[in-house]
Amino acid sequence: MTETISTGLPMTRDNPFDPPAELGVLREETPMNRLRFPDGHLGWLVTGHELVRQVMGDRRFSSRSELHHIAIRRGNTPIGRRPPATPGMFIGMDAPDHTKYRKLLTGQFTVRRMNLLSARVEEIVLGQIAEMRERGTSADLVTAFALPVPSLVICELLGVPYEERHSFQEDTATALRLESSVDEAMAAFERVKDFIRDLVRRKRSEPGDDMLSGLIAADEHLDDEEVTGMGVLLLIAGHETTANMLGLGTLTLLSNPDQLAALRADPSLIDNTVEELLRYQTIVQFGATRTALEDVEIGGHQVKAGETLSLSLPAANRDPHKFDRPDEFDVERSASGHMSFGHGVHQCLGQQLARIEMRIGFAALFREFPDLRLSVPVDEVPLRTDMAIYGVHALPVGWS
Amino acid sequence: MKVEADATKCCGSGMCVLTDPDVFDQSEDDGTVVVLDAEPAASHHAAAREAAALCPAGAITVHE
Repeated sequence: MTETISTGLPMTRDNPFDPPAELGVLREETPMNRLRFPDGHLGWLVTGHELVRQVMGDRRFSSRSELHHIAIRRGNTPIGRRPPATPGMFIGMDAPDHTKYRKLLTGQFTVRRMNLLSARVEEIVLGQIAEMRERGTSADLVTAFALPVPSLVICELLGVPYEERHSFQEDTATALRLESSVDEAMAAFERVKDFIRDLVRRKRSEPGDDMLSGLIAADEHLDDEEVTGMGVLLLIAGHETTANMLGLGTLTLLSNPDQLAALRADPSLIDNTVEELLRYQTIVQFGATRTALEDVEIGGHQVKAGETLSLSLPAANRDPHKFDRPDEFDVERSASGHMSFGHGVHQCLGQQLARIEMRIGFAALFREFPDLRLSVPVDEVPLRTDMAIYGVHALPVGWS
Repeated sequence: MKVEADATKCCGSGMCVLTDPDVFDQSEDDGTVVVLDAEPAASHHAAAREAAALCPAGAITVHE
C-alpha cells in the first residue's frame, strides 16, 4: 500500500453543521494518516475516535507546547515552534509540573462546587435576557448573550469587583473580536493580563472567597506570575469556548425545529441536549495536539519520537464506530464518550462549569423567548471556519 | 461487583460523579475521586462500568 500524505488540515465545510467532509473520508480510510505540517514536519493526523482517545490517554504523548509543530497557518506563513509554557499555563505542560498546578484547582472545580454556582449563573443569564428585552425585539445573540454570560461567570470565579467588570469585559471582548486589528487585540490581551496580575496582588492582601484567593491560600510557594498565568488560562479556556457553544448551539437548535420541539416538550432533556450539542458541534476544531516522547506503536503505525500528532476532535465525534447515525443531531441519544473536552489527564478542568452554563443558558433562552428565531437565512450567518475555536461571529435573532 | 479507584491517578474531571453520584464523590480538598459504595447494587452496575470507561485518567477499576 502506498502511503498518502495529507498536506494541511482539511478546513472546507459544506455547511455550518458538519465538519469538513474530507475528514470523514480520511477517518474511514486511514484514521491515522501522515500529515505534512506547514513548517515541513512530517507528523500525523488522527481522525478515529478510539485512536484519538488512546493518544490523549497515553503519557508517552506529550502536551508540552515547545515540542509541538503547529498544524494551522496564519495567513500564508507557517507558525513557528512555540516557546515553553509560561508559569501557570499548565495546559502546555506534562507531569509533574502539570500535576502540581492542576491539583491546586481540581478541588475548586468539583461537580458539587459547580452546582453551588448554579443560582448565580441563573441570575447572570436572566440579567442578560432582561437587557435584551429592554433593547427591543432583536439582537446579535453573540454580543448580547453568548459572550457576556461566560465572561460574567469568570468575573464571579476570579473575584473581579463589580465596578471593574465592565472594563474587564470590554478588554476581553476586544481581544476576541474579529474586527479588532492584531495590535488592538494584543494590547487588549495585555491589559487583561495586567488586570489579573494586579487582581492577584490585591487578593494577596485582601483575600475573598474567589478562586484566585483560594489558589494563593492553597500554596504559599506560588508566585504572582504563576497565579496570574493560571487566572489567564481559566479566562481563555472558559470564555471563548463556552461563548461559541452558546452561539452555535442556539443556531443548531433553531435549525432543527423537531429537536427543539422535543426539548421544549420535555425540559428534562436539557442535560442530554447539552451533551449532544457538545458532540455534534465540536468547537475545538484544530488545536488538540500531542508529540511523541518516544517511539510508540499505535493503530498499526510506528510513531517516532518527536513526531507531532494533530488530533481531530470533530472527526472523532462523528465516528460511526462510536456513535450510530453520527451526522444526525438527536437530543435523545446518548452522546456519552464524546471527545469535546478531550481525554486523559488534560481533560477540560472546567467542563462541569461549562455544562451548567449551557444547561441554564439554553433552557432560559428558549423558555423566555418562546418564539426565538433567526433574523437572517442560515447561509448568511458568519462562521468561524478558520478559527481555532469554531462558532458563529454573530447570530442575528428576533422575538416578539 | 467491586469498584476501586486510585486517587493518585485521578485528575478531578468529575466524570464519575456526573455518571453515578451514588457510587462516586469528589474530595472537598483536591477534587479527587472518593468511592462511596464499593459494592454497588445491580441497578448501579451499568453506570459504574460507564464511569470506569469514561474516566480520563484510567483511575477507576470495576471487578465483575
